[in-house]
Amino acid sequence: MTAAITFHNISVTMQDTQIINTISGQFPKGQITTLVGPSGAGKTTILKLCNALLSPTDGTIFYNDQELKTYNPLTLRRCVGMALQDAPMIKGSVYDNLNLPRQLQGETLSKDEAIQALQQVGLDAKNIHKKAHDLSGGQRQKLSIARTLINPTDVLLLDEITSALDPHSVTEIEQLIVTMKQRGVTIIWITHNLEQARRIGDYMWLMHRGQLIESGSIHLLETSQNERVQQFMRGELL
Amino acid sequence: MTFTTLAITLAFVCIPLVLSKALNLQLGKDVIIATIRAIVQLLAIGYVLQLIFDQQNVVFSFLMVAIMIAVATLNARKKGAQINGITWKLALSLCVIEAIVMSVLVGFHIVPATAQYIIPLSGMAIGNSMVMSILFLNRFTAEIEAHEQEVELILSLGGTPKQAIHRQLITSIKASMLPTIESQKTIGLVQLPGMMSGQIIAGADPVQAVMFQLLVQFMLLTTASVSSVLLGFLSYRTLFNQKLQIIPEKFTGQ
Ligand SMILES: Nc1ncnc2c1ncn2[C@@H]1O[C@H](COP(=O)(O)OP(=O)(O)OP(=O)(O)O)[C@@H](O)[C@H]1O
Ligand SMILES: [Mg+2]
Repeated sequence: MTAAITFHNISVTMQDTQIINTISGQFPKGQITTLVGPSGAGKTTILKLCNALLSPTDGTIFYNDQELKTYNPLTLRRCVGMALQDAPMIKGSVYDNLNLPRQLQGETLSKDEAIQALQQVGLDAKNIHKKAHDLSGGQRQKLSIARTLINPTDVLLLDEITSALDPHSVTEIEQLIVTMKQRGVTIIWITHNLEQARRIGDYMWLMHRGQLIESGSIHLLETSQNERVQQFMRGELL
Repeated sequence: MTFTTLAITLAFVCIPLVLSKALNLQLGKDVIIATIRAIVQLLAIGYVLQLIFDQQNVVFSFLMVAIMIAVATLNARKKGAQINGITWKLALSLCVIEAIVMSVLVGFHIVPATAQYIIPLSGMAIGNSMVMSILFLNRFTAEIEAHEQEVELILSLGGTPKQAIHRQLITSIKASMLPTIESQKTIGLVQLPGMMSGQIIAGADPVQAVMFQLLVQFMLLTTASVSSVLLGFLSYRTLFNQKLQIIPEKFTGQ
């Protein structure tokens, strides 16, 4: 296994509280890692570290065997794309939001590209001129995914991207992400849905209170001898 | 006007005091403090100005303007406490405004370069600029607190800090300039501006007074725009670190 991203003794302290506690682990290249754990475990923080929205207080992160902090943050963030937890939108239309990644680089997304981007996440093209803030929670999540996919990314960081979707849409998005994986994209996917974690994951990270409890093959969710993993699977880890 | 007649006008102070007492507004103390401060500050400045005008020495005018800038800076900087170096940024933008205003007014011989003109006009430019800065800083702080997620979104997509904060910056600049522009639209219809009224009462030709007031109005448009734009572009960078990340404490307020 080669790792796309490697954490080495990573700690994050914010306002005197340690929110990530000496984590070491890997995200395998070209695979889907599902990142699970109770609320407040530090999952979102891990994604922000990968996207360089945050820097670790201690430890080293490697991206493609080179220290992550040596990359230019702007170029890194375009290769390591992120769909944020609450699917925030900028003020403006659906198109404005899709165009945002291009606009930031002084380019424009063509209307055809925009429609294609909407269709691949199962959004109707007629929404294109709607105000983004008028979309439903689920539609916003889809738009957020489509927007993240506009930049050509090597790594995709997905923060609970299907939490507001109906079962059919969930399947659609899962298929889309699996297609991305088949194109060689490395995926880190935070989910609270254990069924989903097992369905799509090749690899897993389980976090609890800023610590990495277990990481490895997705089967560890069932087979791990670690007491806390078993507790988590029974829904008893808080 | 004599001091005796001025004393009679204190009746205007008694009315709010009585009202405050009757309605339990609890503003009595503030009214008294405000009155005393106004009397002391204005009389003091009156005598100081008299002194400066008698001396006809540019050094005094300079000193006076410097004091105005210092006081305005100290007043406004509380509103931007989370912006690093807010003090010198305010001072710098006030100095730039003073420089622009004076180079136009004196440079084109619109007003003579005497203390009698420079000091009141500077006072208006700097005072207005201070209010604009406070309006801008209030709004800008509120905007970035309310839109942290949008800022983070743009950064996460590979945008620069300037791109990430652009909308909040523009909104705040516009919001702080609008009152100046709006009040200019109705000027003279509802109330006569204080300076103009004062000149007319003191016996000046109304048309002359109007021309001076127009000069001031135009000047205020410059101060309003320059102070918020300058302050905005000097400030936004301090909300981010060298790694192009949000500094969380600056976004969640104190
Ligand atoms: N800017 C911050 N300042 C201080 N503490 C923070 C900050 N951001 C996050 N935290 C804390 O860090 C911890 C981990 O947060 P994080 O968002 O990574 O959790 P999570 O695992 O994504 O949770 P959820 O499943 O609810 O999204 C939480 O306790 C949170 O309160
Ligand atoms: Mg989270």
